[in-house]
Amino acid sequence: MFGLGLLSGLLILPLVGAAIILVVRGSEEAVRSNARSVALVTTLATFVLSLVAWGRFDTASAAFQLTEDHSWLTDSIRFRLGVDGFSMPFVLLTTFLMPFCILASWTSIEKRVKEYMVAFLVLETTMIGVFVAQDLVLFYLFFEAGLIPMFLIIGIWGGKRRIYASFKFFLYTLLGSVLMLIAIMAMYWDAGTTDIAALLKHQFAPAMQTWLWLAFFASFAVKMPMWPVHTWLPDAHVEAPTAGSVILAGILLKMGGYGFIRFSIPMFPEASAYFAPLVFALSVVAIIYTSLVALMQEDIKKLIAYSSVAHMGFVTMGIFTMTTQGIQGAMFQMVSHGLVSGALFLCVGVIYDRMHTREIAAYGGLVERMPRYAVLFMVFTMANVGLPGTSGFIGEFLSLAGAFQANTWVAVFATSGVIFSAAYALWLYRRVVFGKLEKENLKTIPDLNAREMVVLVPLMLLVIWYGVQPGAILDVFAAPTAELLKSTQAALATAKSVALTLH
Amino acid sequence: MYHAIVFLPLAGFLIAGLAGRFIGARASEVITTSGLFVSCALSWIAFFDVAFGDGATRVTVANWIISGDLAVDWAFRIDTLTAVMLIVVTTVSSLVHLYSIGYMHEDPSRPRFFAYLSLFTFAMLMLVTADNLVQMFFGWEGVGLASYLLIGFWYEKPSANAAAIKAFVVNRVGDFGFLLGIFLLFVLFGAVTFDGIFPRVAEFNEATFRFLGHEWHALTLACLLLFMGAMGKSAQFLLHTWLPDAMEGPTPVSALIHAATMVTAGVFMVARMSPVFEYAPTALSVVTVIGGITAFFAATVGLVQNDIKRVIAYSTCSQLGYMFVALGVGAYGAGVFHLFTHAFFKALLFLGAGSVIHAMHHEQDMRHMGGLRKHIPFTAAMMTIGTLALTGFPFTAGYFSKDAIIEAAYASHTPGANFAFIATVIAALFTSFYSWRLYFLTFEGKPRWAGHGHGHDDHGHGHGDHTPHESPLVMLIPLAVLAIGVVVAGFAFKEAFIGHDYDNFWKGALFTGANNHILHEMHEVPGWVVASPFVMMVLGFLIALWFYVLNPRMPAALAAQQPLLYRFLLNKWYFDELYDFLFVRPAMWLGRVFWKKGDGWLIDGFGPDGVSARVVDVTNRVVRLQTGYVFHYAFAMLVGVAALVTWYLIGGTH
Repeated sequence: MFGLGLLSGLLILPLVGAAIILVVRGSEEAVRSNARSVALVTTLATFVLSLVAWGRFDTASAAFQLTEDHSWLTDSIRFRLGVDGFSMPFVLLTTFLMPFCILASWTSIEKRVKEYMVAFLVLETTMIGVFVAQDLVLFYLFFEAGLIPMFLIIGIWGGKRRIYASFKFFLYTLLGSVLMLIAIMAMYWDAGTTDIAALLKHQFAPAMQTWLWLAFFASFAVKMPMWPVHTWLPDAHVEAPTAGSVILAGILLKMGGYGFIRFSIPMFPEASAYFAPLVFALSVVAIIYTSLVALMQEDIKKLIAYSSVAHMGFVTMGIFTMTTQGIQGAMFQMVSHGLVSGALFLCVGVIYDRMHTREIAAYGGLVERMPRYAVLFMVFTMANVGLPGTSGFIGEFLSLAGAFQANTWVAVFATSGVIFSAAYALWLYRRVVFGKLEKENLKTIPDLNAREMVVLVPLMLLVIWYGVQPGAILDVFAAPTAELLKSTQAALATAKSVALTLH
Repeated sequence: MYHAIVFLPLAGFLIAGLAGRFIGARASEVITTSGLFVSCALSWIAFFDVAFGDGATRVTVANWIISGDLAVDWAFRIDTLTAVMLIVVTTVSSLVHLYSIGYMHEDPSRPRFFAYLSLFTFAMLMLVTADNLVQMFFGWEGVGLASYLLIGFWYEKPSANAAAIKAFVVNRVGDFGFLLGIFLLFVLFGAVTFDGIFPRVAEFNEATFRFLGHEWHALTLACLLLFMGAMGKSAQFLLHTWLPDAMEGPTPVSALIHAATMVTAGVFMVARMSPVFEYAPTALSVVTVIGGITAFFAATVGLVQNDIKRVIAYSTCSQLGYMFVALGVGAYGAGVFHLFTHAFFKALLFLGAGSVIHAMHHEQDMRHMGGLRKHIPFTAAMMTIGTLALTGFPFTAGYFSKDAIIEAAYASHTPGANFAFIATVIAALFTSFYSWRLYFLTFEGKPRWAGHGHGHDDHGHGHGDHTPHESPLVMLIPLAVLAIGVVVAGFAFKEAFIGHDYDNFWKGALFTGANNHILHEMHEVPGWVVASPFVMMVLGFLIALWFYVLNPRMPAALAAQQPLLYRFLLNKWYFDELYDFLFVRPAMWLGRVFWKKGDGWLIDGFGPDGVSARVVDVTNRVVRLQTGYVFHYAFAMLVGVAALVTWYLIGGTH
């Protein structure tokens, strides 16, 4: 169609939906309900389209597939698209989570529904764009552009301190992205191309790798977020509307990890090996420090946000172990965390919509009135804790197994995270769901309605399914992981022999 | 067949858990219980097939995790050790299901209760059938989850919730070691399946591994890490604190999970890993010493507890210590034999205690009991049998298995075995004392319950009269079945587990190294060693008789005379207070400091807040804040892209 491929379709489809919403006219109520319906249909259609792409994707190959190449800014900065095993699952995760976000916002968003839906659809395009871009400039464009709708979502539809939260978000990310932009320019200067496939084959000089690595690290570390640049996340989560939190935790955080695996490790292998101890240290601190902080939180969303930081610590640790288990585990952990934390934020949204408070102390004994909610929340809590049989276990286990091969200190400290996560997650569950139902205003709280069940039950089934049969995702990562390890080891070996001859 | 054994409880869990509200409590009870009885019958068939035939096999169910060298299947490893565990788990579980129909009769959420029981059984069966360490860990955590759910079953009680979380978190401390142990074995062997590890253990006898800056004997380190997991699950000294609190759960749960099955998972694990432990003598010494300490320590605490369930809980803890002593000295058969017999008599004791509690309308304090034998004679008789077995009365189940452990400890040359021998003999005295103390306080003497002058209205259930009544038949039948088991099991299986039929029975499921002759040596200990547990048992009985029947004022006088010791024991050696001081408070304090000072003051104060304070000053004057940054930001990005394009154009001219 017009010379465009499937991946272009994935980028364009949400924008078409957004355009339709924008031109819809009529009474205010009609515009609202139309905007909701169009957004839902669009996101569902995008999901179906991504499934088609998935159907044509060959998991056995490590190469970029479904590639497209259109002329764009200049002769060499082109509109290149493609997916490999590292990016395909995240495209699917994005398109899968979007309909849930629209459904979760169905009644809770009352003002400016039209603009809200448009923002989400534009956000979807940029997120998919990040994962399918095969040109560095294009990647950067999507990577940064996605922040604008997210800003709007937090800044307009957010809670009381939304201004502060979006400000903080802005300051952190600006710093990182400016450095990344400079690095991109330097890479172009050195390699003469911004084609990612070509850059993957290009060898940067060791000294240059160090600087490029640091510049990219600044951007990705903020995105992950890694300790100590994580403090924007709890605030952003707390202020964001439910669907915003889901996207933030489910997809936006994953862009950092994706960046590490797509750029830092393969393009700057020597610098990655050199800086791995730094990443390990920050990851371990993140796991222990933020778990302890999570323990003491009084706000449900903040607690889950801090637990996200801890879980992302497993991801960064796993990636930089540069072992098969570590990398596959980290990638799996990202997908799993996308489902689990997304579901947890949806769970918080359910009670927030009813009581309009996120204070843990305002709840207690919900199981009395909301047994279905209690079951779903329990499953997601256990997945967050990493109980075997849920998807949370696979990622945690594999990334720790990788860490043990790389450095036993790291493995020991990181494994202590399994103790802390149990403590904060179960304590939260106890205070919110268990206990006596004593608070007057909770005594009439209704259980999950049909819409909320439609949102949460599929997530629960997936979390359990991927815990029992993780192969569907793990196998996709297998080929590119093997390829990545082969190329980095080759690069490191060359660097070593060069160093030896110099001596 | 093995699919049915393992997955019937899962089906029961799903049906009762998901559809319980629609099909009703009675249907949930019937479905889960009958599923368990079928599973139990099949298990016994399997047991005779495997242990006395040649039915040992491996059943692959599905793939699970494949990541590089790490390949893990869902698979059942069926050998004699598994078969023994299968019958223990399914027999006790099916009887507990049946018993619960009566015990939980008044509870409104019975479908949930039975669903949890079946979930537990499923997880436990996955644990004992595991063919690799990761699946074992799945079952391990699964039983932990079920235990958490069942301890906190009465979720309105704050104490139950606290106990549930404590159980889960303390177990996770053990899991921390278990996980590291799995990782180490994976690094060494490149496999986590038992078939991939066991045949190659000897190759790694000399291997060392650098761990936390030290060179370790690799196998010893692996065993110590794995044993840490066992210590958590089996409530061994230092990680035992959760078990007494777990008594907050309904009594059938205590019988099934916290006496007969789950807490023995650690023993099972060490027995399963015997091919590795045999090459790690230092680790075996640690197991012996920890087992000995636990056997002694828990028995001392059990001496003074007043809650009937807590006495039995400490007794369980202590008996688990015995099992570890057996494993530590290399007498794996004796350890598993005690596991086997203990499951029956301890389940009997707990269910009997449950019957007492049921009769007393949920009174658990033995100070408010007494003289119950006349009112509930059947229960009293069953408890007597259980007590005899626990104290090791000749020809009951405990007599064979416990005495074997004490003899093995004496005969062993393992460093620490002498200590373990003394500890277990003294513990035998204490065991006899607290068991008979429990019996006398509950069933003999003058009634001390309401209606007999000692009012305690806070535990009333709204019943007008407090006359204790015998439990219904569904509760008494399991007691009778278990009692038969207790009388017969030791005698019937002695030769197979630890006697002449050892090799034919185990068929290599338990590994003993070339230098391990403990099985032979334990039968040749001097006569006084053989007699010592019996003497201790009689002594304990006589002291208890004197204290609680002949001279009932004696205990109070002794407690008053030794206030420090009494308080020390009553407060369980102050472990809870110590851990609260050492771990819980510092963790919370650190969490708060990291949050308020670390995140709030340091990172935010010098980072974004400090900078933003300056930026706000500027932007305030320019535009309204809200749109301000967004456009500002979009602008910055466009400038960036523009700069890049410019860069390219300039570069392009070269």
